[in-house]
Amino acid sequence: MLELDDIQHILLTRTPALTGRYVFLSFADPFSGRTWLKEIIATVRSAAAVDTTGDTSSWITAAFTWNGLKALGLDDAALASFPDEFRLGMAARAAVLGDTGHNAPEHWVDGTAGDNLHAIAILFARDAGERGRCEMEHDSLLTRCPGVQVISSLELEATPPFDYAHDHFGYRDRLSQPVMEGTEDIPYPGCGGVLKPGEFILGYPDESGQDYPMPVPEIGRNGSYMAYRRLEEHVGLFRAFLAEHGETPEEQELIAAKLMGRWRSGAPLTLAPEKDDAELGADLNRCNDFNYAKEDPHGYAVPLGSHMRRMNPRDTAVNMKRRRMIRRGATYGSHLAEGQPDDGKERGIAAFIICANLIRQFEFAQNVWVNDKSFHELGNERDPIIGNQDGTLEYKIPKRPIRRKITGLPAFTTVRGGAYFFLPGIGALHHLAGLGDASAATAAPVLEATK
Amino acid sequence: MATALDKPSESNALPIDEVKGRQSAVAIPDGGYFSDRVEQGRYGPIFPRTPLNYGFTIIAKIKPGTRENFHAYAANIEKAVAGVPDVLDVLKLHTLKWVLFDINEETYFMYQGVFDTDFDKYTEDAVGIFAATGINTVFENLEGFPEDWKSNPQAFIQFVRDHHRPSFMEYAEYSYVTAKEVKSALEVKRCFSTILDNMQL
Repeated sequence: MLELDDIQHILLTRTPALTGRYVFLSFADPFSGRTWLKEIIATVRSAAAVDTTGDTSSWITAAFTWNGLKALGLDDAALASFPDEFRLGMAARAAVLGDTGHNAPEHWVDGTAGDNLHAIAILFARDAGERGRCEMEHDSLLTRCPGVQVISSLELEATPPFDYAHDHFGYRDRLSQPVMEGTEDIPYPGCGGVLKPGEFILGYPDESGQDYPMPVPEIGRNGSYMAYRRLEEHVGLFRAFLAEHGETPEEQELIAAKLMGRWRSGAPLTLAPEKDDAELGADLNRCNDFNYAKEDPHGYAVPLGSHMRRMNPRDTAVNMKRRRMIRRGATYGSHLAEGQPDDGKERGIAAFIICANLIRQFEFAQNVWVNDKSFHELGNERDPIIGNQDGTLEYKIPKRPIRRKITGLPAFTTVRGGAYFFLPGIGALHHLAGLGDASAATAAPVLEATK
Repeated sequence: MATALDKPSESNALPIDEVKGRQSAVAIPDGGYFSDRVEQGRYGPIFPRTPLNYGFTIIAKIKPGTRENFHAYAANIEKAVAGVPDVLDVLKLHTLKWVLFDINEETYFMYQGVFDTDFDKYTEDAVGIFAATGINTVFENLEGFPEDWKSNPQAFIQFVRDHHRPSFMEYAEYSYVTAKEVKSALEVKRCFSTILDNMQL
């Protein structure tokens, strides 16, 4: 039974937001951090309390780096109960993640690589007016917490057209999300079935059937880990690449589809190999209902190295139930209209990958699926969309009689920021806020008050 | 990130793309790493790719009185592979060799494997396969093997690292070739043979 009233809503709920803001914070001292946390808690909704259909127009999440938990005054024994990869942080794991060269932390633009990053406040809002109201409230809170410094912030904006989620390249998003036991969500065909909640939320059985590791229960229970990625999308470069490698608009669309594994409408090449099918792409009951081992073993439809095939190899990999992740996030930066020259402004995706075990889930995906050149024995390839590309690698598109090989693939994306956060449960937030208080309330009565 | 094509400054070996499929040897510094080409894996530094690709040689003392268990589980593996030939597929194996030998009346086990990928990449998958095939039980008869290995891949891989004895020279008659490439070449040969047979009609 999931303790929905103790789990932050972002883990289980996708909100109908069109805008938002991420604020990255540093605490000068434990008291300042806890003062901020005590006030922000009132705005953080649990999965049980969140409302996405009624009058609610904004949704707030709070999470902390390991340094942030330390800055709040968490004791050494509790800090030591977190795994090494979280303690070290994303920047220190750059070599494992493939964040080298132009993706290296020294080039990140938002201060997230520094040890002084302690917390993030995530705001998703239904419209700009509500976002502005929340921003003013948070700014007001910060004036009451002089020891809390804003390292950076990022404004989020959906890109037109607004009737479906997509990135700046135009690829439809939110097509495949794991479904966990204990929720009312029903898995769409091909989405991998229902998974044990311990794959995503600490304190519950996972797919291994073994004992599951967890930090001290008063902090760990109902929590999770979030890997934050700020990924710039080079839209002008991407469009120029399509134009270079496709003579007609139809050929260009096919190239875009071959890089992703889906047409930009969302229709998978396995089910629509020759021609786009926008209706299929929008139909969640059909657009994931396929496999690879028998249907496309050689990658004639979906190239073996395509983004979709790397991020979910389906029946061509083992242990898939232990590799799934929840993704939340949004686009940022202004829309670059089709046909417009690149204006040099940064735009991209700022996403959170949520999982119970960073090294087994997120780091595996980055290290093996995204950046291992020998994935599927491709030899000299990385993920064409989010892999670390330095211009020396290639991309092979299987085709009879002779495959097509594109050499010198450019980097369509660049990592501009990133961090590992811990997403505490509601009770754990109260526990953290109460650290150092002589009259610190226990988590349970405080939790009761938030219902 | 260091790549397999980067030739370590300490090595006189020819670059991979020049010797792939041909004979080559690589002399490896003591300790198993080229100091200027250490790739970081999720569970620590990855031993360098050699003409054999990747692999390890684990040498560990067995628990007293368990020698027969090793022979019993060898039979288990034989049976498992006969029943499901690709049962070990996830390990990206070329060869495995298991050896028992005695030193000063104590018995040691050597597990030598040649793989197409570093063990670090598929550790968790390997743990699952080990549990499913009975290889795990062999390891459980080794002194110092962590009892919580099924839920603690970190401890499992640490045991492997602690008991791995890295090579200081490796040679291959056909260098840097993957098992899949070997099998693919044999399949092409078989198909051509069938074509030629059909041309006789």
